[in-house]
Amino acid sequence: MAERSFAKEVEKLRLGAGEEFAGEGILAITKALLQCGVGYVGGYQGAPISHLMDVLADAQDILGELGVHFEASASEATATAMLAASVHYPIRGAATFKSTVGTNVASDALANLASGGVTGGALIIVGEDYGEGSSIMQERSHAFAMKSQVWLLDPRPNLPSIVKAVEDGFELSEASNTPVMLQVRIRCCHVHGHFIAKDNKRPPMSVADALDAPRRDTGRIVLPPASFLHEKEKVQKRWPAAVDFIRRNKINEIFGSDHGAVGIVMQGGMYNAVIRALQRLGLADTYGDTDVPLYVLNAVYPLVDDEFLSFCEGKQAVLVVEEGQPNYIEQAFAAMLHKAGRGTRLVGKEHLPMAGEYTGQVMLDGIGSFLRAEAPHLLPGEVRAPNKSGEGVDTADLINVVPGRPPGFCIGCPERPIFAATKLVEQELGKHHIASDIGCHLFSIMPPFELGATTMGYGLGPASASAFNSPDAKRRSISFVGDGGFWHNGLTSSIGNAVFNKNDGVIVIVDNFYSAATGGQDILSSRAGNRTKSTKHPITEAVKGMGVKWLRHIDRTYDVGKMQDTLREALTTDEKGPKVIVASSECMLNRERREKPLVDKAIKGGERVVKPKFGVDEDICTGDHACMRLSGCPSLSVKSLDDPLRDDPVASIDQNCVGCGNCGEVADAAVLCPSFYRADVVHNPSRWDRFLESARRAVIGLLQRRRESRRLTFADA
Amino acid sequence: MLDHNAPLRPKAGAAEDQRVIKLAVLAVGGQGGGVLADWITDVAERNGYVAQSTSVAGVAQRTGATIYYVEMARDTGRLPVFALSPAQGDVDILIAAELMEAGRAIIRGFVTPERTTLITSSHRIAAVSEKIEPGDGRASSAKVHATAEAAARRFIAFDMEKIAADNGTMISASLLGALAGSDALPFTRETYEQAIGAGGRGVKASLAAFGAAYDRARGIAGAAPASGTTETPSTSEAGPGVAKVSGPESLLQGWQQLAARIDALPAPVRDMALRGLKKVVDYQDIAYGGEYLDRLGRALALDDAGHAYALSVAAAKHLANAMCYDDMIRVADLKTRSTRDKRVRREVGVKDGTVLQVTEYFHPRIEEFCGTLPAGLGSYIESRPKLAAFLDRRINRGRHIRTDSFAGFAALWFIGGLRRWRRSLLRHKVEVAHLERWYELALGHVREDYALAVEILNCRRLIKGYSDTHARAQSKFDRVLSALDLVKGRPDAADWIRRLREAALKDEKGDMLDGALKTVASL
Repeated sequence: MAERSFAKEVEKLRLGAGEEFAGEGILAITKALLQCGVGYVGGYQGAPISHLMDVLADAQDILGELGVHFEASASEATATAMLAASVHYPIRGAATFKSTVGTNVASDALANLASGGVTGGALIIVGEDYGEGSSIMQERSHAFAMKSQVWLLDPRPNLPSIVKAVEDGFELSEASNTPVMLQVRIRCCHVHGHFIAKDNKRPPMSVADALDAPRRDTGRIVLPPASFLHEKEKVQKRWPAAVDFIRRNKINEIFGSDHGAVGIVMQGGMYNAVIRALQRLGLADTYGDTDVPLYVLNAVYPLVDDEFLSFCEGKQAVLVVEEGQPNYIEQAFAAMLHKAGRGTRLVGKEHLPMAGEYTGQVMLDGIGSFLRAEAPHLLPGEVRAPNKSGEGVDTADLINVVPGRPPGFCIGCPERPIFAATKLVEQELGKHHIASDIGCHLFSIMPPFELGATTMGYGLGPASASAFNSPDAKRRSISFVGDGGFWHNGLTSSIGNAVFNKNDGVIVIVDNFYSAATGGQDILSSRAGNRTKSTKHPITEAVKGMGVKWLRHIDRTYDVGKMQDTLREALTTDEKGPKVIVASSECMLNRERREKPLVDKAIKGGERVVKPKFGVDEDICTGDHACMRLSGCPSLSVKSLDDPLRDDPVASIDQNCVGCGNCGEVADAAVLCPSFYRADVVHNPSRWDRFLESARRAVIGLLQRRRESRRLTFADA
Repeated sequence: MLDHNAPLRPKAGAAEDQRVIKLAVLAVGGQGGGVLADWITDVAERNGYVAQSTSVAGVAQRTGATIYYVEMARDTGRLPVFALSPAQGDVDILIAAELMEAGRAIIRGFVTPERTTLITSSHRIAAVSEKIEPGDGRASSAKVHATAEAAARRFIAFDMEKIAADNGTMISASLLGALAGSDALPFTRETYEQAIGAGGRGVKASLAAFGAAYDRARGIAGAAPASGTTETPSTSEAGPGVAKVSGPESLLQGWQQLAARIDALPAPVRDMALRGLKKVVDYQDIAYGGEYLDRLGRALALDDAGHAYALSVAAAKHLANAMCYDDMIRVADLKTRSTRDKRVRREVGVKDGTVLQVTEYFHPRIEEFCGTLPAGLGSYIESRPKLAAFLDRRINRGRHIRTDSFAGFAALWFIGGLRRWRRSLLRHKVEVAHLERWYELALGHVREDYALAVEILNCRRLIKGYSDTHARAQSKFDRVLSALDLVKGRPDAADWIRRLREAALKDEKGDMLDGALKTVASL
């Protein structure tokens, strides 16, 4: 079950023609797919696409009613390969994933799909995770469109525009027999807005119809000689068809005055940021009305030569606003102007930074700089020569004060004790080369653990340690892979590879029962039942099946001592071949979501329930914070005591503690201090509980009173 | 209704009623910033505004800093072009759900004196980097407050987390209350409350927190104390502390005599000395209190009013800490007191009709065991590694002890009772020797360099923790004092010792300290 439920929101997918839809960008995209008569949808979760997958999963009843097939694909490659259904059959299909990481994984299938081309519209919706808040390397999806020659749409970031882009995308795909990528940036996916809905459409041909009447066409299969013909077909037939479609349907938009000495060309996704800059420069109003000519590329690949050249007609300079690098669009436009022998000066990265997100300030500076250089007369006086108002406040001091706050493990996370144990083992056996992977467990690279040297891709943790396999080595490598990565790619690329190549390293598979980092979606080894998917396939069985001989399964990661012993054994055993430890405990975020309502209900219903919570005896804690260097739990923090005798703040556990046990286990395993205690509150105690308690408290009270009557007691001590 | 592709009209100057209001929320993941952004959007729409909210939900980013952004403008039938992220110098209202996030907003340029209303909760959530320092690594809240006053047009700060917690809800409710109370948006209180009501879950608690924060932001809650309520220490004079002691008459008489000795001390020393005295008497007995005051007397004999008795105040503080070393007896004693039981019940929030079970985590080693033996026997074992290792194998393991059970409580109660023999135990011998060495060292410097002597006393702060952590602390203490011969005689000797001590508190192993020691060696 995913972290966020869209059960209520998906009802909006039933809206009919003329009704107003209000909601998030991703939900609008889903609605648009249904309005386009999509026949099947697949994808792989990952921000910002996770919620799209969650919406689809929660909308399965509606999809079913329309005869739309939905799959939670095993990987982005799987999702893209699924689009093969549109090669021979006139069925519209969509695949969706995070980019560019997902596009990298998908590119094998994408290349093959693009070569043979499609009959039914094939749409790949890529959620662009670029800029602030991004958890991945900063690359461009644009390059994939160029190398595989699939078309790339980058609509203006508002709901009507992205809904229209979905419609345009399918039509463009069918008109040019080419898959189309639709790129939506992360904030656009989560933007809240409105559009006027249309009726949902049943797919004219369903996948069931196709299965009943199979078709094949050797000319569409990627094998010589057809593949050589595909290359030519791409440029001779499909490209012109696409350019023609884009031109004819006015996919790209032109705003502003139709005469002017300067103009701005932008990716559609940049439109709002450009308008904001113009608004701040006094050149556009609230609604985006402006005198500056704007050419908005809702289709960024392919570009339409004559459309661009006619925009440049009579202009002395044109600015290209293109986020990311390399600046493919700017280069292409420069070549067009040069070949056409035009004198219009084309600028872009001269005024805007070569790399990095185009934030509000960057855009204001860049467009301001362009206009000051090329058309200063347009600018109001105060903008042209601003009175150096000076920021006023000096923040240099503050920069040294405000601590960084990178994301980290949640309260009660079962992965924390795994890394606490690893840190303790390293204190015994010395530092090791540690290879990390993609997933929540990657937070191990941050303080307080600071474990892990590289991350090479999803499911590739152990693969990235494969070179470190030497008979001369005295130490083994340790690599981590999550359950999500394991099923995505890790089983073969990492485990299979280690078995086959007789890798001697230690592999830890972090099994938290979900694809947790992407929002808690179910995977093969999830332990909960799922109405539409097959779960409960143990990782240990798969690992054994791959031929791993040394395998240990830890079914409660909070047992730090056991985790430590197992890691030590794996690092020191004489046994050859990969040493695999499967460390399993349920993601606490999901567990709490699942259990908390049940526990609350049970308590209300009078059932006996034991609720644990941890605490710290502040007079025993000496304020050395050793426990926090092995935890980093948000609910374990520091607090000042109102006591001038004590200089340093002591440990303190707040009300959000879920009683996972890590604090006590770590204090024990690392021989820290006796200040932690676990308080189990028994709700609705049985009569035996109550009898025992009153007897115990009587005796304990007696002992306490006896001692306290023979000593001095200070009220505030 | 809203046609985004409406035909273009000539630019019609930004009339006031078309102004876009820009509001950003900076929060720590998990604080409910998304709920707040949804409420604000809802309020705006209820008031005839069009609003757009965005976020980087970052499903993986559970505990990091996050931004939510809302833009709104009066609905004129045409859809404004809204930006999707806040820009420097272009934010009207900045809401920070934690004080350092307000600081971050200022650093990022989202707060400007001409226009920004900055609403922040003044509470702190320590970042990991602040928590892992062996000393006090927490950032200075005062600096953020001071900069915010200058950086914002209006600055509204109070503890909204406490208001939320007191009302059993999340901070998003009190943040919304502060926003409504600030009048930074042209919307009525009722529309905010309607938005909360429409949410459907925990409405009552949310409304209560909203109302409390609303009043606070308006400044109506006149009776409430100013933010950052600083409770004045109860013992500004020696008097009050004496009254709060209870026990058998004979001991009380002994205490009165000790307290009388406190009254005879110079005024600046009294408060610290009384606190120290209480600590050591509570730790051991009346006689121990006498020893404490005798020791303190040695510092006083060398001290004078000209130095404001800084040496004696430092001695009063650190002698008490040194004399109350953390041994098994102390831990067992503290864990079996009735006051402790009450505190646990209060902190955990144990309600009537429930039963509390408490588990303690101990991991004794041979060192702790020997320390609790009579000095002769303890050192006999320690001097025989094989025997010690043999015993350690039997002792050294984690023990989870239930102090709500007969056996668990009795075991700790018994260990706590060893207190009366403490003076004859090995650990005490070791600690006293260490204490005397350190104290003599400090007092020996008073004549040549008073400030240096005070700094040597202050180095006692380094000694803390249990087992390995304690050993590392001892080593840092020794390393800092090892520089004494190098800096002695310099006019800035005291400064150097202070710097070394501060370096030692920066990281676990003392890497910073080693660096600083190298600098000292090169002087």
